[in-house]
Amino acid sequence: MIEQAPALIVVIPLISALFITIIGLYQPRVSWALTIVTFALSSIFAFICLKHVVTVGPISYMFGNWPAPFGIEYAIDHLNALIVLMISIVAFLVAIFSKHDIAKELGDKIPHFYSLFTLLVTGLLGITLTGDAFNLYVLLEISALTSYALLALSGGRAYIATFNYLIMGTIGACFYLLGVGYLLINTGSLNMADIAVIISNNTYSYTVLAAFLFIMIGMWTKMALFPLHSWLPNAYTYAPTSTSCLLAPLMTKVSVYVMLRMMTSVFNYDYIFNVLQWQSVIVTLAVIAILAGSVLALKQDNLKKMLTYLIVAEIGYMVGGAWLGNANGFTGASYHIIADGFMTLCLFLAIGCIIYKVGDASLSSMKGIFTKMPMTMLGFLIGAFSMIGIPPTCGFFSKWYLISGAYEAASWHFLIALLISSLVNAVLFFRIIEVGYFQALPSEEPNHHHPKIKRDEAPISMLIPLLTTAGLLIGIGLYTADIVTYLIQPFIKNFL
Amino acid sequence: MEFIINYYNYIIVVIIMMLGLWGMLALSNLVKKLISMAIFQTGIILFYISMGAKKGASIPIIKQAYDEHHHPIHQTINNMDYANPLTQILMLTAIVVGVATLGLGLALTQRVYSEHKSLHEDEILESLS
Repeated sequence: MIEQAPALIVVIPLISALFITIIGLYQPRVSWALTIVTFALSSIFAFICLKHVVTVGPISYMFGNWPAPFGIEYAIDHLNALIVLMISIVAFLVAIFSKHDIAKELGDKIPHFYSLFTLLVTGLLGITLTGDAFNLYVLLEISALTSYALLALSGGRAYIATFNYLIMGTIGACFYLLGVGYLLINTGSLNMADIAVIISNNTYSYTVLAAFLFIMIGMWTKMALFPLHSWLPNAYTYAPTSTSCLLAPLMTKVSVYVMLRMMTSVFNYDYIFNVLQWQSVIVTLAVIAILAGSVLALKQDNLKKMLTYLIVAEIGYMVGGAWLGNANGFTGASYHIIADGFMTLCLFLAIGCIIYKVGDASLSSMKGIFTKMPMTMLGFLIGAFSMIGIPPTCGFFSKWYLISGAYEAASWHFLIALLISSLVNAVLFFRIIEVGYFQALPSEEPNHHHPKIKRDEAPISMLIPLLTTAGLLIGIGLYTADIVTYLIQPFIKNFL
Repeated sequence: MEFIINYYNYIIVVIIMMLGLWGMLALSNLVKKLISMAIFQTGIILFYISMGAKKGASIPIIKQAYDEHHHPIHQTINNMDYANPLTQILMLTAIVVGVATLGLGLALTQRVYSEHKSLHEDEILESLS
């Protein structure tokens, strides 16, 4: 059972998606419980894999026992063991959270939502685990197709927003496929480790350059790096709350992971940073992404939309960190995938609770929210502190590594962009605190001697995931040293 | 000229793909966008198939010959007689993905039309503001 754990992480949600659809037709309520059990199991197996990777070493799992260059290999090393665990935990928490929200927003579509939800996470887990370049494309499309359906579920403006995402997402995936095609022409192989050996032996040709370019542009489209970001804010804003809670922390971060995986496991450090030498251009693009995301976030009145622009800025952090080309930058980028996954989740869950109770997420309806929903706002504050980068939370540590990386690489514009972005985040979140804490609801002005605002907290099944995530943010922050020493540094050692 | 003769399959593929990509980004009718997307994907499928094709090769199925006592005859297999099956298998998957994406896109277009009463991107943008 234990040696099959890498396959089970993906196979369990895949099969359970089928059962959720069938059982959900007769018993819609069971699908919720089934989804939670599925991701609890996935998390357990992901944890087993992580433990094995740390104590013994990287796992190579051959599907059907076909040897590596011919069969499909699941290659688990220190980085993706950590990210798989993050994905399954996020899916588990969002599954718990979604119960009331889906019942309210989607009504009779409950089983459809959960089967799509499970399939989407199957795709994301597979992308993270696989060591086969074409297998990655198929799983990328599985997760993309299910995410289009999930985003469009709420109807109205979501349709056209999802349509734009579909066009951009397909362009991204097709570019990736084209890049894999070039690699196949050059090497005759689809296994990432095998391709890496073959292209490091021959001189780097234009075919390899084209492959690298197509794969990178494809992934930048998928992760919404700044000039290619236009699909993201609308698609995530008009989606059902639970969908954006699931997609915002996972989709873009998994694309960043694919970029890191391609840079480290297929192409190598010497090729990217010494032969091509694009790092200054890409870091500048990342700087523009950070600044543009922050400025656009300042303009928004809707909190959900504001957070989607913050995602665009955070993508700049990770791309910039990875392209600095030193150990600290790369550590920061890898660590920030985990940190940003959980802090985006925390903020979106908090906004989800607010939308569930208040009805919308505009800044003006935040008045008196701290008295009304104290527990929700506690979670929101911890998420916001992590986004700003206040010490015990994990957001501080990833920013610290990124800033040290920028200092080492002497790319001052990236360093300044990181600081400006932190300042903008501080302004954004303190604006919400100001409105929420100091401004009373208009109908309950204190001059009528009714200063009391009724406490009206979100249901317990929504609060538990939120506060767990908030706890995780602090927990990950406190164990930063261990995560970096045992998980991220062994991975980077092979690359640099 | 020799370049064109040697690589004409790739040149045709690039033309098809660029037509599709241009249509996806530049056309404003949503259905036209989707059909351009299908053309783009077809270009990629042709790209993969043509990289695995060989001149004078047949389908990659080995026909086993038997002697009069129904024992298999050992035969030497020449790689050049068969097309590369790998790219064809890969594209079988890509075709399925393409059909699914196109179907989902058309379903979305239908919903967009019933929501905004238009398939023209500019008119939809106008109805939003």
